[in-house]
Amino acid sequence: MSHAIQERPVSVAPRRGPLSHARLPRWTPAAVAVFSIAAGIGIGLAAGWHSKVQWGMLAALLFVLTTYAVTTKVEGSRQAKDRVATSLVWVCFVLAVVPLLSLAWVTISKGMAVLDVYFLTHSMNGVLDTEAGGGVYHALLGTIEQVGIATLIAAPIGLLTAVYLVEYGGGKLAQAVTFFVDVMTGIPSIVAGLFILATWNLMLGFGPSGFAGAMALAILMMPVVVRSTEEMLKLVPNELREASLALGIPKWRTILKVVLPTAIGGITTGVMLAVARITGETAPVLLLVFGTKLINPNPFEGAQSSLPLYVYEQYAVGTDASVARAWAAALVLIAFVMILNLVARGIARWKAPKTGR
Amino acid sequence: MATTTPDIQRSRRAKSASRPGDRIFSGLSRGSGITLLVIMAAIAGFLTYRAILAISKDSTNFFTTFEWNPAGNPPVFGIAVLAFGTIVSSIIAMLIAVPVAIGIALFISHYAPRKLAKPLAYVVDLLAAVPSIIYGLWGAIFLVPYLDGLNQWLDEYLGWTYLFDKANEGPARSLFTVGILLAIMILPIITNVTREVFLQAPKMHEEAALALGATRWEVIRMSVLPFGRSGIISASMLGLGRALGETMAVAVVLSPSFLISGHLLDPGGGTFAQNIAAKFNEANEYGRDALIASGLVLFVITLLVNGAARWIIGRRKEYSGAAA
Amino acid sequence: MAKRIDVSGLSAFYGTHKAIDDISMTVEPRSVTAFIGPSGCGKSTFLRTLNRMHEVTPGGRVEGKVMLDDENLYGSNVDPVAVRRTVGMVFQRPNPFPTMSIFDNVAAGLRLNGKYKKSALNDIVERSLKGANLWNEVKDRLNKPGSGLSGGQQQRLCIARAIAVEPDVLLMDEPCSALDPISTLAIEDLIGELKERFTIVIVTHNMQQAARVSDRTAFFNLAAVGQPGKLIELDDTERIFSNPSVQATEDYISGRFG
Repeated sequence: MSHAIQERPVSVAPRRGPLSHARLPRWTPAAVAVFSIAAGIGIGLAAGWHSKVQWGMLAALLFVLTTYAVTTKVEGSRQAKDRVATSLVWVCFVLAVVPLLSLAWVTISKGMAVLDVYFLTHSMNGVLDTEAGGGVYHALLGTIEQVGIATLIAAPIGLLTAVYLVEYGGGKLAQAVTFFVDVMTGIPSIVAGLFILATWNLMLGFGPSGFAGAMALAILMMPVVVRSTEEMLKLVPNELREASLALGIPKWRTILKVVLPTAIGGITTGVMLAVARITGETAPVLLLVFGTKLINPNPFEGAQSSLPLYVYEQYAVGTDASVARAWAAALVLIAFVMILNLVARGIARWKAPKTGR
Repeated sequence: MATTTPDIQRSRRAKSASRPGDRIFSGLSRGSGITLLVIMAAIAGFLTYRAILAISKDSTNFFTTFEWNPAGNPPVFGIAVLAFGTIVSSIIAMLIAVPVAIGIALFISHYAPRKLAKPLAYVVDLLAAVPSIIYGLWGAIFLVPYLDGLNQWLDEYLGWTYLFDKANEGPARSLFTVGILLAIMILPIITNVTREVFLQAPKMHEEAALALGATRWEVIRMSVLPFGRSGIISASMLGLGRALGETMAVAVVLSPSFLISGHLLDPGGGTFAQNIAAKFNEANEYGRDALIASGLVLFVITLLVNGAARWIIGRRKEYSGAAA
Repeated sequence: MAKRIDVSGLSAFYGTHKAIDDISMTVEPRSVTAFIGPSGCGKSTFLRTLNRMHEVTPGGRVEGKVMLDDENLYGSNVDPVAVRRTVGMVFQRPNPFPTMSIFDNVAAGLRLNGKYKKSALNDIVERSLKGANLWNEVKDRLNKPGSGLSGGQQQRLCIARAIAVEPDVLLMDEPCSALDPISTLAIEDLIGELKERFTIVIVTHNMQQAARVSDRTAFFNLAAVGQPGKLIELDDTERIFSNPSVQATEDYISGRFG
């Protein structure tokens, strides 16, 4: 009956060790981490590597290897695997947090250097690329107008489509719509831009305008609105609909007066998150809005600017002053998007339907 | 409560036809759905139409040419370099982002102290919303110089693999750097979806593994990862879709060239989206058609990726444990 | 193989809330001990302290001593993973791993503890499935997923999985509450057979079941909602159901509350 391999004795059942075995103290991982970081910095300094990326990678590698060596020696191979998995997960966490923190820190610190009221209230009219000054007003205005128009187009269509899918759907058409909404979610933003370019500009002969950009943004926004609204409508309990219909209220009024109000919090959140997403889109704006230094309040006529486009242009110019402006505009953009996100999530929490999650 | 939803809907639909209010409203919502379909059809149709206009005048093979000169006489342009760059940078991004994202998702769902996990999940959610142009700006100004040391290492120790042989002494504006930047960009998206799936892994299966005497890692391997597999795949495909179509971050970081090189660390190369953004301003109408043709190829590639994701998920559904 | 459990002064907490208070009892080897009591009295929590599963719940904390023969499960150097390996557990709802085949489910615990030859695994899996009275029903489809079985079969598969690693003690947390009467009967028969080899502790809501399967019965109760649960008495099952020494036990058993 001896079929167990390794050093197991002749027995059908696996022989088990005693319940207790040598275990590392609780502070071991922290100690190993400190040691690895110190060693990473020490070796990095000694070898004269100027890139902190190398220091960090060495520290991470040392952390995992030391953990493995120490636990294998003290606790055995199964525990070692467990500890290595834990250390790897921590390394992943740090690996991700470092660049993201750096991104946030750099944007804020560099952006704050230029950002002030003047920057927010002036355009680039008459400002040379090489000189400091100028502002982002025209881009901010353009972004708000373009995103506003895109929302006016996409939100009603998206909302009604979701209503159709949840309240009326079920047939072949609904299936097709569901499928193509999925497909639409995956459209790269530049392709949406190219489509408007091909139709609006090349076929119909219009020039660049804020409205053209807004149409491309609307294409990107629609599927997001449909998806989120659909989810929210599905959360509305059927009993509510039945109760309303049983009172003899027609279906369209039931939807307008009962279903939509119940889900309005979640729907608003979804729309705002979609708005936040398209606000940062650069590619279609680059193709369709074209960019300008001047304030152009009319989205239907002539080139406009927009925040993400402004960031790109100022970076591409490449002078110290313009790169500084790019950071400041990036900060404005990120603040805009984050505020939208935070408000949207706030609404979601505040208005969460009681049946939700 | 015995009535099921379809029954109610059917009877409601039958009645609703009679009232004008109902007819208008249902017509409106159906119309919106149809509008969506029309837009999709128009996108496919018009892009294809312009692409055919362009390709028919192309004097070389559109798929295998290493050049982009639609203004030339005769026009010469092809997508070989773009396809190569797009796919290579996306592969690099996926190789880095997927394991790390799984790690972070596990960190949030199973490892982090609870006080840390919630705010962390929230922050990752917010990071997914950071506009790509900002990643690009950060990548070009901060990441590129920081990667010099890493590139030196890779060149020194892994140069023999050919892939990491840095033959050109330029700054790190290479496909490799683009891959790393794309990885950082898609990390939050993949993490979010994966984390949601991991959190839904049934507690009872984790307890079953625990009660058999499994360590935390073994519990995750036995119950969480198998449950989350299709979620990981769909999250990765979502990330891949983003990476393939990313325009601005690549346009800002890469120093483009129309060459295919296996030396990933050398500056150069290009992607579909980057090329469109870079060439658009100087292009005449015909050049724009050529760019549209390349955009169509990108569109088809992303469609295929999404389709593959859906197919994989559908195939794995029965084994995902969702039914248990 | 089967070991005696000696609990002394054991309290369990969820965060700051005390769920069970100062419990001491002895569980005899090769016998079935049933825990009964109203909902919320902490009998399941107590069961989970016996294989250190309680501390897995966020905020879960235990004070006191649990001796397994002569080793304290809460001793300073004791590895909870080794404890759970020695004290097996079957849960309220059958929970076979959905992505694994029937065979792999039974072999799951063995594979954690080392490498086995294919033939050795085959032997142990067959023996465990026979031990769980499931072999005849599944021997032709060992490679099919375990989630394809009926509820009762799944629960027996879980028992087979638990006994495959030859634990000293088998804990069962209301193992029949999700099953139909016929499956319940099959499990109860199985418990009768398993007690020849294992120390068995079973939590049950069903007093007839306690009376049918157990040798000794422990009655738990709580003074009021929000108060910690306490052990009222532990005695031979026959005495508990015919002539309990505490009034509350008699009230509960005769259906006056709970």
